[in-house]
Amino acid sequence: MSLTARDLGLFAIMFAVLALVATFQSPQLAVTILNMSLISAIMALGVNMQWGYAGLFNVGIMGFTAVGGLAVVLIAQPPVPEAWAAGGLGVLLGLMLGVATILAAVLVYKRMAPGKLRGLSIFAVLVLGYVITSRVFGPATQAVQAVNPASEGYLGGAGLPVILAWPVGAVFAAGVAWLVGKVSLGLRSDYLAIATLGISEIVIAVLKHERWLARGVNNVTGIERPVVRPVDLQPLPWVQSLAETMGWSVSQAASVVSGLGYSALFLIVLAILIWLAERALNSPWGRMMRAIRDNEVSARAMGKDVTRRHLMIFVLGSAVCGLAGAMMVSMDGQLTPGSYEPLRFTFLIWVMVIVGGSGNNWGSVLGAFVIWFLWVQVEPAGRWLMEMLTSGMSLESELRRHLLDSAAYMRLLTMGLALLLMLRFAPRGLIPER
Amino acid sequence: MEPLNALVSVSNFMLIPALAYGSQLALGALGITLIFSILRFAHFAHGDTMALGTVAVIGGTWFLQAQGISIAPLPTALLAIPFGILVLGLYLLAADRLVYRYYRRVKAKPMIFVMASLGVMFVTNGITRLFLGVGETRFEDGQRFIFTVREFREFTGLAEGLALRSAQAITIVTALVVMVVLFWFLNRTRAGKSMRAYSDNEDLALLSGINPERVVFITWVITAILLVLAGTLYGLDKGFRPFNYFQLLLPMFAAAILGGLGSPLGAIVGAYVVAFAEMGITFAWRRVFSYLAPDGFEPTTMMQLLPVDYKFAVTFAILVIVLLFRPTGIFKGKVL
Amino acid sequence: MAEPFLIGEAMTGGYGGADILHDCTIAVEKGQIAVIVGPNGAGKSTAMKAVFGMLKLRQGSVRLNGEEISALTPQARVAKGMGFVPQTNNIFPSMTVEENLEMGAFIRRDEIRGTMEQIYELFPILRDKRWQAAGELSGGQRQQVAVGRALMTQPTVLMLDEPTAGVSPIVMDELFDRIIEIARTGISILMVEQNARQALEIADKGYVLVQGANRYTDTGAALLNDPDVRKSFLGG
Repeated sequence: MSLTARDLGLFAIMFAVLALVATFQSPQLAVTILNMSLISAIMALGVNMQWGYAGLFNVGIMGFTAVGGLAVVLIAQPPVPEAWAAGGLGVLLGLMLGVATILAAVLVYKRMAPGKLRGLSIFAVLVLGYVITSRVFGPATQAVQAVNPASEGYLGGAGLPVILAWPVGAVFAAGVAWLVGKVSLGLRSDYLAIATLGISEIVIAVLKHERWLARGVNNVTGIERPVVRPVDLQPLPWVQSLAETMGWSVSQAASVVSGLGYSALFLIVLAILIWLAERALNSPWGRMMRAIRDNEVSARAMGKDVTRRHLMIFVLGSAVCGLAGAMMVSMDGQLTPGSYEPLRFTFLIWVMVIVGGSGNNWGSVLGAFVIWFLWVQVEPAGRWLMEMLTSGMSLESELRRHLLDSAAYMRLLTMGLALLLMLRFAPRGLIPER
Repeated sequence: MEPLNALVSVSNFMLIPALAYGSQLALGALGITLIFSILRFAHFAHGDTMALGTVAVIGGTWFLQAQGISIAPLPTALLAIPFGILVLGLYLLAADRLVYRYYRRVKAKPMIFVMASLGVMFVTNGITRLFLGVGETRFEDGQRFIFTVREFREFTGLAEGLALRSAQAITIVTALVVMVVLFWFLNRTRAGKSMRAYSDNEDLALLSGINPERVVFITWVITAILLVLAGTLYGLDKGFRPFNYFQLLLPMFAAAILGGLGSPLGAIVGAYVVAFAEMGITFAWRRVFSYLAPDGFEPTTMMQLLPVDYKFAVTFAILVIVLLFRPTGIFKGKVL
Repeated sequence: MAEPFLIGEAMTGGYGGADILHDCTIAVEKGQIAVIVGPNGAGKSTAMKAVFGMLKLRQGSVRLNGEEISALTPQARVAKGMGFVPQTNNIFPSMTVEENLEMGAFIRRDEIRGTMEQIYELFPILRDKRWQAAGELSGGQRQQVAVGRALMTQPTVLMLDEPTAGVSPIVMDELFDRIIEIARTGISILMVEQNARQALEIADKGYVLVQGANRYTDTGAALLNDPDVRKSFLGG
């Protein structure tokens, strides 16, 4: 379970590179990369649990992280009393009616004998439920959204400390994962892929559209932060003296210190998760999971309830993704549903897991660092490369401008190449499974 | 009660657009099902390769337009399609040679192929954006309408209008022709039958002297044709935006799985089911019903079951319902 | 004595690890039926696969009509005139009977209608079902499709791996009758069989394998009359 000298060396190189960034580019950039790497590492850890331990192919990471992010808004934001007065009860009642409709439909399905009558009854229940629900829900949400729409227009949150949102984010993601897993696990393995792909798009659609919930595409900003803000750090004498000794400006020093505060929090979470994951992996339970992954048929034959185990690990892994999603939103201080893109939040995490070494928790962490570093740095590198290539052209050249504008897309190319090359020449990743 | 106006209205705003959208999806879903039954993996790069093929067609269109060549009233893009097929065909074959062939040789698990296709997806995604960025590109030219709303109204004297856009008509006709040709190819030609044989029983196909590399080659070529057509028709209809093409992955996969992975007929049926469900459930039926309802009972709400943002939710819900009751899809997922 | 039409001589080898075949020899004369029998795990199918090139041999050689073919792939052996009917998965289930036959003749570039006609003469039921998907047929009919498919290349040797596995006794007798008919047209038959007694009754030559080596080799009739063989392998 422990790391070899080689693995430690790889981590050391990674941190040396970050130190170089701090020296030659800017310390803030190094801290930003570090923090996003830590969050990505946690996401990758969650995916690695599902893929590395159990062989489950989850392409809905984006959805689980977004649900985790929603938790931050619902926990940390102050409630909006006017909105609650305007339609809070109606929204809640509407939601309950919606759930009741589905439960009633399921009940009819279970209680009635198969046949045309059952189909018709289910249809009738759904139509009736839909009509009643939308009668209650529609006006209520309208009322909520009409309350001070420029800055509020939603129900707000519980006004609790933001750190609480992290475990709640994990629970939210776990709940969604349970629903998805219940439906699609036990069917063919490709179905989980399509189901997770679908649910993640739906989660984002809900976040964008249901403005009463978290303001939709209007974004929730200014969420309480778990770490002191740089502005509040600037007047402190020790920050100013730090700036002086390092030769930074005061604002620079303040944002580095604030960022490192996040790093410390994230490191604690990551350390706990890795400790738990490693213990689990090397417990009888972990050995059983890997046995199931390697030979599902014989595990089934030995009487293991493979589907239930898969559901469990799928829920756990998704919860970890949700936790990371909540951490990310609380670091950014805002929830912006429009910024969730599958390439960035789902497939990039996959590249991290594969490059790092699927089945190995440390591998996922290293993969997250390496890939996030590339993701951030390839764009300026690409721009620089393009400038070199086009330096002979005239400044007004259409082609030159086009090429310079396109430099941003080099990172996608690079990610793809990194994934393909690793898969081909080092399929077990930077730190292989042991 | 004006059923004729209701029919015209529903045709104009729902039936015709859904038919066109379903045709575009069907071409894409056919590619997914073909790759699945021959190469036996879920091709995640499908949406992005479709975008790349469309980029080639757009490039060709611009070149032709600059030369002053046009086939008005038809869009110039149609003339550039062979060029797009050539480019995308070479690209897919190169991807096969550089990426997938190795995994075939070592008999890698399907999931490894899927991972590799994720890599290809990223690369393709990058290349597409290098050429055309992320914004919307419109490349439809020629006559935009076969008949417009006003012409229809004047001709029929109805209150409701119906327009038929050239892109929609071309899409529906092309898709029909392609489907017929594809089925003819699979069922009547030696190469097509060898593909079906390979998908049915790989070992026996080998024993019978069918060359798997040749089958794979034909599969990629057909995929290139289907993708370029689907991408071009979609782009003519709705404009080209790389991200939209990437997002088509979900409905295309849903269509293929819904119909039964590996069944071409299933892919087509699945595509139209997805298209009509998406459009029907996110469609505001108010106008249609205001023609059908007796006087004084006209609907007061939009009568839209779900907002348009939730069209993926619709796709997904149908998929889940079908899979719950029929895990192999509508056409039993028989292999090809 | 002249060399047999097809011979796998002194074959030794296995799938990677330990050898399964030990100095095993199998041969069949032109237009004759040779049957390989033996207990479970005796290496019967392995011996046949070795003759067909689906198994790497460490020692020994395979010769067809005097020509050394040990180095050829199974596909190349098909081109040389060997037909093989695997025990399972031996048809294209979603394709029609006629398409199955067409695929059998995939390597042929000449007119195949005549051959197809001969196969329909041999298995008339296939003519009635020619437009039906092969996967929808009964077990015995599927075996006929499988044999027919292998015959489409007009082979000089037909190799059958347990053709009667899982079919009813009546169908089995019928299949054996057809196999005799095929042999009469001059095609050599090499066949692995679980139903040793019935198989030896139609065999010109019988091979009893035990643990990958030849135990008894004689004409079918002689083996049936050999008290040792009867006691050990034919149930008395």
